[in-house]
Amino acid sequence: MAFDDRVVHRSLRCSFERGRISVILGGSGSGKSTLLRLIGGLVRPDAGRILVGGSDVTQLSDERLFEVRSRIGMLFQHGALLDSMTVFDNLALPLRERGLGSEIDIASRVREQLASVGLDDVEALLPGQLSGGMLRRAALARAMILRPEILLCDEPFSGLDPISLRRIEALLAGINERFGTTLLVVSHHIASTFRLADQVVLLLPGRSVSGPPGELAASADREVSGFFDEGSPLEYRRGLHEAARVGP
Amino acid sequence: MTTFVREVGFRSLGILAQLGRMLLFALAIGRATLLPPYRLRRYLEEIHNLGVLSLVIVCISGLAVGMVLGLQGYNTLVRFGAAGSLGAVVGLSLIRELGPVLTALLVIGRAGSATAAEIASMVTTEQLDGLRMMSIDPVGIVVSPKATSMVVVMPMLCAMFILFGIAGAYFVGVTLMGLDSGTFLSSLSSSIRFRDDIVGSMLKALIFGSLAGLIATFRGYTSAPTAAGVSAATTSTVVISSVAVLICDYFVTALWGFDI
Repeated sequence: MAFDDRVVHRSLRCSFERGRISVILGGSGSGKSTLLRLIGGLVRPDAGRILVGGSDVTQLSDERLFEVRSRIGMLFQHGALLDSMTVFDNLALPLRERGLGSEIDIASRVREQLASVGLDDVEALLPGQLSGGMLRRAALARAMILRPEILLCDEPFSGLDPISLRRIEALLAGINERFGTTLLVVSHHIASTFRLADQVVLLLPGRSVSGPPGELAASADREVSGFFDEGSPLEYRRGLHEAARVGP
Repeated sequence: MTTFVREVGFRSLGILAQLGRMLLFALAIGRATLLPPYRLRRYLEEIHNLGVLSLVIVCISGLAVGMVLGLQGYNTLVRFGAAGSLGAVVGLSLIRELGPVLTALLVIGRAGSATAAEIASMVTTEQLDGLRMMSIDPVGIVVSPKATSMVVVMPMLCAMFILFGIAGAYFVGVTLMGLDSGTFLSSLSSSIRFRDDIVGSMLKALIFGSLAGLIATFRGYTSAPTAAGVSAATTSTVVISSVAVLICDYFVTALWGFDI
């Protein structure tokens, strides 16, 4: 997969277990978000296959892709809620487009969905009036409203305070446990990865490795284990001061 | 010389490819407009945004243009003792040319740029990808209502521009310059032909509306997902649409065969 001359993925091979939480880790520019967009069929690879429940999304027409996507939800980094619609209308949109029930049914389903992410009194607000954490939860509610089998989450923890972060973590874990949804989470957050992940896919330059987070953290391969080694904050701080004294 | 020819060829191919993409985009808009689901509410919202909200600027501009035409026309015609033809001069100028062209330029500046900027910022903030991931075609729910509404509102706005223009010229010619009201109105009504002038004018407005709607939505939809991309989409919409309207105006005028 390449954008102009910049190759993002070459010979990438990985799989994600059904019903489990997989976290995709990697350095900046390693193609984590691109991998999610490839799986969702938002971009097409230059070569290769991407199988989602047996369907190769790289070969599907737009119409068939829409069918496959009806089994996939996606939580975007910045929510991607339509900013001209209220939170209520954003959640109601996929239900209305599919004609799933009367307006009364849709309203009750939207309210139930908002309540499930702890948002009871925001339905009349526009996305721009929500805080970062609330926006992320509203976007999660929209991504889950059609009960997808697979949920793709692009950096769900970035820019959140610790309380909001824990809340999103708990919601994702709850979704996986309650509905058996397969979660693919792109993250930079190592602590969250340890708390959430059943499996980690680590994208490294020219290769990828996967396994349980504990196993990868203990790997003899320094490039792999080093990714999980954040060190203690105090040691890190001492190291920074040391580096500042020595100078560039 | 070879480099120059190669460069010209390369750029021409690029333009052709872009026109091809635009044609496919227009077909997608047509398909989304004609086939279900019909999103009437979205169309009405867009007609309000693009049409009703442009009404004030179009009416004020029409009035001002009509007043200037009335003043210049009267001062010129009176030299030849033909001040009684002011109604015909103003009416034909506004209906045949100034009405459709100036309305299109005004709507491009106000609504076309806003349409391109809105769609481009939806690209930047992944809102269109969000729709795709919900299996909702962004062309159907975002693009088609905006492009189609532009086609619908342009003739209406053009008619308002012409009406206010004639009112402005009437005010200057009759009220300020003392021309006889009956002379002005009879010269106006006797010179205008329905098929040649009114239908031709509305046809121009429809074509300009289609061009403006297509270019604005296409530039927004295909913009780069960056702040610079939004800015480029907005600027290019205004420039390309305006030039396209002016060029197209010549061909429609020539092909429609406006009688002199």
